[in-house]
Amino acid sequence: MKARDVAELAVQNLREALLRNALTTLGIAVGVASLVAMLSLGAGLQHLANQRLSQSGLFNAVIVSPRNNFSNFARAAARNLSPVSTPRPLDDAARREIEKLPHVVEVYPNIRFPTEIHFQGNSYPTMVAGIPMSDRTDSAFDGMIGRFFSSGSADEAILQSELARQLLAAPSSASNAPKGERSSGASSGASPALTNEEKSLLGKEITLRYAERQPLAQQPGSPSGADGAAGFSLVPQQMTLRIIGVVETEPASGLAGPGQGRLLIPEQVAEKLSAAQSSDLRDLLSGASSRKTYQSLTVRAAGATDVQGIESSVKDMGFSAFSLIDVTRNLRVVFAVFDLLLGIFGSLALVVASLGIINTLVMAILERRREIGVLKALGAADDDIKGLFFAEAGVMGLLGGICGVVFGWLIGRALNLGTNIYLARLSLPSVSVSLVPWWLVFWAIIFAVVVSLAAGIYPASRAAKLNPIEALRYE
Amino acid sequence: MRGNGQPAIRAERVTRLYKMGEATVRAVEDVSLEIAAGEFVALLGASGSGKSTLLNLIAGLDRPTSGAIYAHGRNLADMNSAELARHRGHGIGMVFQAFNLLPRMTTAENVELPLRLAEVNRDERAARVREAIDRVGLAARANHRPTELSGGEQQRAALARALVNRPAILLADEPTGNLDSATGKEIMDLLREINRSLRMTIVMVTHQRELAEKYSERLLLMRDGKLEADGARS
Repeated sequence: MKARDVAELAVQNLREALLRNALTTLGIAVGVASLVAMLSLGAGLQHLANQRLSQSGLFNAVIVSPRNNFSNFARAAARNLSPVSTPRPLDDAARREIEKLPHVVEVYPNIRFPTEIHFQGNSYPTMVAGIPMSDRTDSAFDGMIGRFFSSGSADEAILQSELARQLLAAPSSASNAPKGERSSGASSGASPALTNEEKSLLGKEITLRYAERQPLAQQPGSPSGADGAAGFSLVPQQMTLRIIGVVETEPASGLAGPGQGRLLIPEQVAEKLSAAQSSDLRDLLSGASSRKTYQSLTVRAAGATDVQGIESSVKDMGFSAFSLIDVTRNLRVVFAVFDLLLGIFGSLALVVASLGIINTLVMAILERRREIGVLKALGAADDDIKGLFFAEAGVMGLLGGICGVVFGWLIGRALNLGTNIYLARLSLPSVSVSLVPWWLVFWAIIFAVVVSLAAGIYPASRAAKLNPIEALRYE
Repeated sequence: MRGNGQPAIRAERVTRLYKMGEATVRAVEDVSLEIAAGEFVALLGASGSGKSTLLNLIAGLDRPTSGAIYAHGRNLADMNSAELARHRGHGIGMVFQAFNLLPRMTTAENVELPLRLAEVNRDERAARVREAIDRVGLAARANHRPTELSGGEQQRAALARALVNRPAILLADEPTGNLDSATGKEIMDLLREINRSLRMTIVMVTHQRELAEKYSERLLLMRDGKLEADGARS
């Protein structure tokens, strides 16, 4: 029999015992819905985690430092301590070269330097960190007090909350809050009272004092020419910044340097200051040129998957490079296992539904014994009968799969709605915990059809083997 | 034997045994016969005499325990199950006492069923269905379901279904068994008309001797699985 005839007869047969077949199909739909809902939850959570992690700037960043830089993370890369003849300096030329690498979105120096700030007559030693404008979407700035920098060149500052509390705790502070409540810099969590105090800092001005690195004038008779002039002078400078925000922690991308940045300023502003950094002393001692070099650069990749390629390219250029790519790899393993478990639990309902198909089709054989006998008498081969029962199972699987995907999507929407109502109560931004990608729609329907066909194997072969004489005799 | 060719059906020492628990039932035992193409043969006998079993063996719905059955020279024993199905679909038409129409289909759909199984083109099907339904005089009931038809109409529909693939042999198992005598006569007239106009070989199982004698050209009498008498109508 031709496929179209088989399909037509199958649909006609299914319409005959409408209620029973509809209930069986509904069983498949519920099974598929549970599978889709589970996997959409897995996909949604994975997407959410990826989104959050990429916002944290941890997983699409490569930290580049010169080979002789033994500070922090470069240490791991520099285990081979054999004397390096002349490590390549991390200068503007290198920066431009790295910028030209494929999938590189942005390259910026990690600037942090010790400083002293003056605020309302008191001075505080602290660490300044330059923050690129692309960090605007960093999760560290979610729910911050105040706002992010208005532009890359704005003379604005964001305080880390600990520093903010120090400023508030000072005896001559303008804050009106009772002194007993102040916890003198201890991180006691952001109580509403403290939040209001921190808000009072917004718009106030602080003075930043720092040491500017100025190259020494060319010494006559220098053997190595303009570039070879080693040494620089440090000149005290100061500038005024307006406090525009308070943030709980420095963005995680600040893993590139020593110490925690407590006063955050736009990266371009920090670069223009040309303040002396902790590495400058070593540069001086190692006899490096007075030309401007970077302590380290952060290379922002287009996506987490591009990080590995960029990392190896940078290493080939003669620099140390470091990324958290291994952490994301582990995370993927965790999600793969998570998806697998969700898939298994989701499939259990489909297994139960497939038992329903077997039951329905076996019942259909009993009811349609005589019909099977007639079909055989009229010239139906065993394969025709088998095909007919298979097609009935397949049609139920297809319809159940389509309905199941719709149900699963609706369950996902309900999960999103419920989660977001809960998050809204906690004053947290809304998220999408359930996501139904096209591949899930496609494979869920295919899976439903395959499971249904598998469930149809036994009834179909039993129907095909039916003795036509006994079937015709059957009343 | 009519015509110059081979007999339509030839049975050589056909035996069909059934196991019923410990006992062996000899449903058909050592039956040999030849039926010529175009003959109208009646198989007579009491219930359990083996006539329906013999009919099923000729149809290829069952296989003999021993012996051989030839349809137009081809040994059914040499055919695999798919070839037997093809033999039933193309070479044989069957009508039953209980009509055996599929209740969810209309007359036309029931008649179309063998054409679907034989993979006949859709364009050709409609014409052949109409032709078969016209032949049995059921054009007005083509779109009715079996439950909306009288017994006689149902048997006509079953006959149209048996004829639609233009088989060489028509096997009828008690075709008038569920009909009143007047309707039974109509069906028998129709069978005779088909036999004469289409030169179709007809083997009819019946236990109504008067019908057999009136319509068939040859009577085969079975008793206890054996062919007891074989003779032309007197």
